[in-house]
Amino acid sequence: MKPGPFYQRDRQSQPPALTPNYKTSVSRSPQYSMISLETTVSEATGPVFGHNDVDPLDQDLLTNYAKPGESAIGERIILHGRVLDENAKPVPNTLVEIWQANAGGRYRHKKDTYLAPIDPNFGGCGRTITDEDGYYYFRTVKPGAYPWRNWVNSWRPAHIHISVFGTAFAQRLITQCYFEGDPLIAKCPIVNTIPDPDAIEQLIAILDLNATIPLDTIAYKLDLVLRGRRSTLFENRLEGN
Amino acid sequence: MRQQLEYLKETPSQTAGPYVHIGLAPGAAGFDIYRQELGWDIAGPNAKGERIRIEGTVIDGMGSPIKDVLLEAWQANADGIYAHPEHKGSVEDGFKGWGRVITDFETGEWAFETIKPGAVNDGGKVMAPHISLWIVARGINIGLHTRLYFEDEANANSQDPVINLIEWEKRRQTLLARKTERDGKTVYRFDIKLQGEDETVFFDI
Repeated sequence: MKPGPFYQRDRQSQPPALTPNYKTSVSRSPQYSMISLETTVSEATGPVFGHNDVDPLDQDLLTNYAKPGESAIGERIILHGRVLDENAKPVPNTLVEIWQANAGGRYRHKKDTYLAPIDPNFGGCGRTITDEDGYYYFRTVKPGAYPWRNWVNSWRPAHIHISVFGTAFAQRLITQCYFEGDPLIAKCPIVNTIPDPDAIEQLIAILDLNATIPLDTIAYKLDLVLRGRRSTLFENRLEGN
Repeated sequence: MRQQLEYLKETPSQTAGPYVHIGLAPGAAGFDIYRQELGWDIAGPNAKGERIRIEGTVIDGMGSPIKDVLLEAWQANADGIYAHPEHKGSVEDGFKGWGRVITDFETGEWAFETIKPGAVNDGGKVMAPHISLWIVARGINIGLHTRLYFEDEANANSQDPVINLIEWEKRRQTLLARKTERDGKTVYRFDIKLQGEDETVFFDI
């Protein structure tokens, strides 16, 4: 059996382009229907990354931008889990990149002007490659909630942005990870671009006491699922035969 | 007991937001953290084929260029081979075929340097030379997939199975990069329009 086409993306659990409560989407959402395209080799392939592309320290946001001997300020957390496909198979050796605000809800970005202070020891980005079991982990601080201009009084729940590749351009995904118990999740117009409540749950990292390091770092677990693909069971006859 | 299908469901997408640069292009966010950022060299030094520059903008429904976009490109080499274990054939040492660019914060212009890809054989069907593009930004809830084709490949384009999926011939034009020349170098222009009469074709892949 050879790997075949990818399962169709479930557009009823993915957010649509136009979501008026998230105001910026209104002028940035295509209005014509997308053209449905069965997987060609251009979508079934994608960039391959290796350990030469990243450094071991890249996945430790507590120290990857800190002065020697210092550390980022905030609640120390481990974010970990596995990258799987829809067939529940691990996706090994794939690049996972994250970025986030600091513990006060401020991003290290020249366009962010929120009054919470920059943490001199926190950059706010990390990257790693999943291991043979599809496992990834980062050490960081729990990001703070912050206000943003949508409605007059909108606050983003604490979140970490996650980018993941998989093995094919068809699997390319960017999403955001939230934290169990945060009352801002239910009120967030960006979270609520996702029409399916069960799908939203897939973005909420859960407290993982077993993975917590006692007296040191608290752990949250989030598995990421990329599109799965069929196996080619029967070869179609070539046209004309 | 009734049989169960034990598939998982794809994680839902969320917007990359306005600060996507911190994670994927930290230099542009204003700080230096990684030994090397990824995606700045698509073709590498050894790639055969014509060296080209591709530039453009991403235009919103108000007609304004979007200034916080991140684009990723995925392409074959000049022989039409992808740098991927599933694609038979080999590519030049250092050829990745993948790149990542952001738009200028002031002008919304993006650009990348690469080589012109060759036609790609997809299990017996030949696709005209093209570059797959993936677009994320604040306000885009799930990355948009499109393809860039080259206007000077009219013959190959006319037989391309993907272009020919587009029922409206007028809309096919939105996938064509326009060829120009600057200082003796080939430059293709590709403006992506998110809305309006000449909205770019996007694919549900």
